[in-house]
Amino acid sequence: MISGAASLLRRWSAAALRGPGAYLLVGLHATIGTLLVYSSPRSAISFLILLSSLGTALAVKANAAFKLVVILLLALVVMPVLGMRNIFYLEILFQISVFAALALGLNIVVGFAGLLDLGYVAFYAVGAYLWAFFGSRQYYYLHTEAGTQTGTAPFLLPADTFYIFVFLGIIVAAITGILLGLPVLRLRGDYLAIVTLGFGEVIRVLANNLDRPLNFTNGPHGITPIQRPTIPHFFVDAFNGTFGGLVGKQVRDVDLYNVFFYLFALVVIAVIILVTRRLDDSKMGRAWTAIREDETAAIAMGIPLVRMKLAAFAAGASFAGAMGILFASNRTFVSPESFSFLQSIGVLTMVILGGVGSIPGVILGAAVVVILNLQVLQGLSLYLAALRQSEALIPILNFPWKSVPNQFDPAKYQRLVFGIILVLMMIFRPAGLIPAARRQRELAKDEGY
Amino acid sequence: MALLETTGVVKRFGGLTAVDRMSFSLDKGEIVSIIGPNGAGKTTFFNTLTGIYKPEEGELHFDGHSLVGLRPDQVAALGVSRTFQNIRLFGSMTVVENILVGMHVRLKQSVPQALLRAGFFKREEAAAEKRANSLMRYVGLGEVGNELAKNLPYGAQRRVEIARALGADPILLLLDEPTAGMNPQETAEAIRLFRRIRDEKGITILLIEHDMRVVMNISERISVMDYGEKIAEGSPDEIRRNQRVIEAYLGREAATRVA
Repeated sequence: MISGAASLLRRWSAAALRGPGAYLLVGLHATIGTLLVYSSPRSAISFLILLSSLGTALAVKANAAFKLVVILLLALVVMPVLGMRNIFYLEILFQISVFAALALGLNIVVGFAGLLDLGYVAFYAVGAYLWAFFGSRQYYYLHTEAGTQTGTAPFLLPADTFYIFVFLGIIVAAITGILLGLPVLRLRGDYLAIVTLGFGEVIRVLANNLDRPLNFTNGPHGITPIQRPTIPHFFVDAFNGTFGGLVGKQVRDVDLYNVFFYLFALVVIAVIILVTRRLDDSKMGRAWTAIREDETAAIAMGIPLVRMKLAAFAAGASFAGAMGILFASNRTFVSPESFSFLQSIGVLTMVILGGVGSIPGVILGAAVVVILNLQVLQGLSLYLAALRQSEALIPILNFPWKSVPNQFDPAKYQRLVFGIILVLMMIFRPAGLIPAARRQRELAKDEGY
Repeated sequence: MALLETTGVVKRFGGLTAVDRMSFSLDKGEIVSIIGPNGAGKTTFFNTLTGIYKPEEGELHFDGHSLVGLRPDQVAALGVSRTFQNIRLFGSMTVVENILVGMHVRLKQSVPQALLRAGFFKREEAAAEKRANSLMRYVGLGEVGNELAKNLPYGAQRRVEIARALGADPILLLLDEPTAGMNPQETAEAIRLFRRIRDEKGITILLIEHDMRVVMNISERISVMDYGEKIAEGSPDEIRRNQRVIEAYLGREAATRVA
C-alpha cells in the first residue's frame, strides 16, 4: 500500500519535473510564494515557500532561458522588493549570500583539493579587518587606548573607496592564504587540519590583542563605525517610483542598503561561481581533484603539489576576503567574536551538508544552515515563548507549557541540531544533499589513431 | 650515450639498505626488465628514479639531466612516466579526466586563459580531449571515457593507467608489475600493447615484473636484483642459465638439487 503510493508519487513528481507540467509548476510555486509573502510579510513559512521556488526552478527540466529568466526575476526583483516589506528577509538573504560565498571558497580547498582547513574564517577576518581599518576612523586612533575614542576624528578614506577595497580584499586574503599555506601544506590530512585550526585562532587572537602597542583593531571592543558606500540618490528615487506602490511605504536610503548589499553579494557570488567552474574545468581543477584522490599518483603525473595546493588556498581565501569587506561594510562594525572557530566549523558544515565539491550543493547547504539558524530554530523559540505565556497544556502529557523550563530553548540547541543532522547525513546521504558529479564530455564515438 | 644511467645508487631505510650500489643503464628504444624476489628493492629503485625517494649516494642521469634532488613532478616533466604496482588511478574522476591529468605537464594553458576561456585555452582543451580519447582507444579501451575510473574492471583500470602515463608524451615509461592479477589472455594482450608502444611511439620501456613468461617474452635485456643489489644482467637466455639467479629465486640448496 505504502510502496504503491510512493511509486505513484514518484511518477507524478517525475511528470511534474519535465514537459509542460514543469513550466506550470515553476510558475505556480513562484506566484504562490510571491503572493503569500506579499500578503503576510511576517510569516516565515510564506518566505520559505517563496525561497524554495528558486530550487524548483533549478530542479525542473525546462528551457534554460526560461529557468534563467525566472530565477533572475525572483532573485533580482521579487525578493528585494518584497524584502522591503520586511527587512528581516533581506537580512536572511544577505546572510545566505555571505555564507554561500564562504562555502564556495572553502569548497575549493576542501572539496576540490581535499585539504581539510579548519581555520577558514581567518581569511574572512582579514578581509573584514582590512576595510574596518581603512574604512573607519581607526587610523586616527592608533595611539589611543581601546574603548576611549570620542568619535570626532574624520574618516580616513572616502566611503566609495569601498569598491576598490573589494578587490584589495581579494588580493590581501589570497596573499595571506599563500603565507599561511607555505609552512603547513607539506602536512597531510589530520595534521593539516590541526595546524589550520591553530592559524584560524591566531588570526582571531591577533584581532583581539592588536590594540597595543599600536591600536590597529581596537581589541575586543571592535571597530565601529565603518563606512558604507554611498547609494546614488537617483537609484533611491527610481526604486520608490517603480516599486513604491508595491512596498506600500516610502523607502529610505537606509533601508535600501539592505537591497544594495544583497545585490552586491549576489554579484560577487556570480563571479565566484564563474571562476570556480572555469578553474574546475581546466588543468588546475583537474590537478586539484587528482591531488585529492591520490597525492602520490598526482605528483608522479608531474603535478607540482605545493604550488597547486597554494593555488587552492589562495583561491579559497580570496573569496572569503571579498566577502569580509562586504560584511564589514554591511555591519558597520567588526569585532573578533565574528571569527570564532565555530564559524569555521559552521562553513564546513554547509559544505558537507550540501555536498563536498558540488557548487549547487554548497549553496543549498549555506541556505539550509542559515534558514535553520535564523528562521526555523528562532521561530520555534518564539513559538515556545508564546506557549509559555499561555495556559495551554502539552497534549497527551497534560503538562502545562508554562512549567517547561526556560533553558529549553531551540535556538540554543543549534549545535546539537547540526550535530544530529550531520550524523544522519553521514549515514543516509554521505555525499551531501546535491552530490558532486563529474562533467560528462561529448566524446567522439570513433576516431582513427 | 645511454638514455638512463645510474651509478652506485644507494637507498637506505634506517638500518636496511633497500637499494645497494645499483648501477644500471638503458638505451633509447629498449625494452628492459628488472626482476628479483619479493623485497629485492625493485620498486624502491623505481621510486628513487622518479624522485619519490632521495638516494643517499650515487648518480642518476636521464637524457642529459641529473635526476638527483629533483621532485617527482620535475622528473615527470623531463619525460619519465610511470604506472604503479597497486593501481593508483584517480577513482572519482572519469577515464578521460584521468588521461587529461596525465597530460598536465604538456598543457601550456595559464590560469588567466582558463578564466577568460581564451581561444588558445579552448583549442588546447579540445585537442587534449581528443588526444585523451584516442589514447583510450590505443590501449584497447572501449567507450568508457565518461565512466568513473573506480567503476571499471581491474584489467581496464590497468589500461587506463598506461593511457594516463602515455598522456605525458614520455620518453621513458616505467611499468611496475603491469600484468599482476591478469589472466593469460589479458597478459598476452598487454605484452602486445607494450611492444606497440615501443615500436610505434618509440618509447623506451623499463618494467618490473614477476611473471617469468612475460619477462622472457618481452625483454631484450634483464637485470636481476636481490637484497638491493644487481646480481646479474643479460639477455633472457643468459639470465635463464645464470647460477646466481637460480639460487636467488630457489634458494641455494634447491638450486644445487636442481643442478
